[in-house]
Amino acid sequence: MIVIVDYGAGNLTSVARAVSYLGYDSVITDNPEKIAAAERVIFPGVGAAGAAMEMMQKKGIDLALKKAFESKTPMLGICVGCQIIMDRSEENDALCLGLISGEAREFFRNMITGNMNSCTIEGKISSPLSERSAGACSCGASSNDKFTKPVDSAKSVDDTKSMNDVETDQVMLKVPHMGWNGLDIVKDHPLLKGIKAEDEFYFVHSYFPVPVDQGDVYGTTEYGIVFASAIGRDNLFATQFHLEKSGEPGLMILRNFCTWKP
Amino acid sequence: METVIRKFFSDGDILEMLSKRIIPCLDVREGRTTKGIKFENNVDIGDPVEMARFYYEAGADELVFYDITASHEKRNIMIDVVRRVAETIFIPFSVGGGIRTLEDMRAVLLAGAEKVSVNSAAVKNPEIISQGARAFGNQCVVLGMDVKHVGEKKGIPSGYEIVINGGRTYVGLDALEWAQKGQLLGAGEICLNSIDADGTKDGYEMDLTRLISDNVTIPVIASGGAGKPEHLAQVLTTGHADAALIASMVHYGTYTIEDIKSYLVQQGIKIRPAHTYQANPSR
Repeated sequence: MIVIVDYGAGNLTSVARAVSYLGYDSVITDNPEKIAAAERVIFPGVGAAGAAMEMMQKKGIDLALKKAFESKTPMLGICVGCQIIMDRSEENDALCLGLISGEAREFFRNMITGNMNSCTIEGKISSPLSERSAGACSCGASSNDKFTKPVDSAKSVDDTKSMNDVETDQVMLKVPHMGWNGLDIVKDHPLLKGIKAEDEFYFVHSYFPVPVDQGDVYGTTEYGIVFASAIGRDNLFATQFHLEKSGEPGLMILRNFCTWKP
Repeated sequence: METVIRKFFSDGDILEMLSKRIIPCLDVREGRTTKGIKFENNVDIGDPVEMARFYYEAGADELVFYDITASHEKRNIMIDVVRRVAETIFIPFSVGGGIRTLEDMRAVLLAGAEKVSVNSAAVKNPEIISQGARAFGNQCVVLGMDVKHVGEKKGIPSGYEIVINGGRTYVGLDALEWAQKGQLLGAGEICLNSIDADGTKDGYEMDLTRLISDNVTIPVIASGGAGKPEHLAQVLTTGHADAALIASMVHYGTYTIEDIKSYLVQQGIKIRPAHTYQANPSR
């Protein structure tokens, strides 16, 4: 039996439906004892990391997940579930589970200068967290100020022709990152077995995990920067993308998890 | 006005990072799919769940369902359809048509839809957009717009006016202003349907699509008029649309999703490839 952890984070039934489609039984629960004793654990996510952690602590789910991790239970985190396994998250400055060292960071909201590929996390310009709209949305996915003007864009704002000629060394990032994007597998993992280089996955998020140890990174995705979109350590694996909404490639990873023996 | 910042990018790096989406649209009446030509003479095609699965396997990136059931009492038929679709396909899909209240929204989202689309209800009560965005997140709320070209006139500076009731009622709203207001209220996406182009198979309304796309920062799905793959290529490049809605060109088997996608790939458009395997071979 696969336990799907309910921490007040949105649509868990879509993950349960996908698991059931693959022919496996699952139960949705917020009971810490059931979680700690589970055969396998999935913690999907919609919602903000801070709210999720708060809910977990209130119910003792955080300790249950740590216990499951220590007792080598196969564990799978999805979306915000891929962020709360870090030490902390920039979202609400939340302390998280610390199963993988590092933190969840927000996408550059303003702009990126120079070659995007050379852009580093340290280059982050600003993060107007307080301005973002609240709401029960995926992984801090809600946002009203999706673009911010680049510094010198005003001069060409009314002239589409001249914009074509502008050298794009300043670009803006649409946040949340929402839609289909690729996965570059940087290291083999049993859960990524069968995934092809051209496969794409469905993302809806504003934050992404930044593991300290590169050894924890199994797959990366490019969106403004290259970020870790599939991470793992020992009996834990997590994807920033929604396995339950990514078509057959997503189901393939989910199926691999259902039979995974770490 | 926020003007054409988007243009700056849509030829640049950022927007091209995401794949353009191909979205079959299914009109559903009392649990069965139809396809309307200019919203009249609907012809029954079949089971929405089967069609959803068919398009899912063919590589559709997303699906849109419009409930065109006339009577409010029969609305729960659609909820059942949504639930069965959610058990059958594993890509995002949205549901629109007859969504009037927050409770209507909640019902389709709980049944398994990823997004919910509001159209005439939002014209009558724009607050429904902000309420939905607050309750479920911006990414859940799609603003559906039915638009007719009326020419520049007082109150309609863009020359495009919002219509409701299947194109029969003009509401005196400028399409561009409405799109921008919708974004401000918290819509996560716009589904832009040209009533003039709808059902013609002569191509999308390019000027309209580009006008709206260039003046909002949320994704725009172009709708109405698709007849051949070239039309999708046009609207996804020069039309600046993020996604293209298709209906009869695939419903009647004239083209397959594979045909369309391989054409778009040839044109150098970033497209998610169709699946080449099944995770559950026993299906």
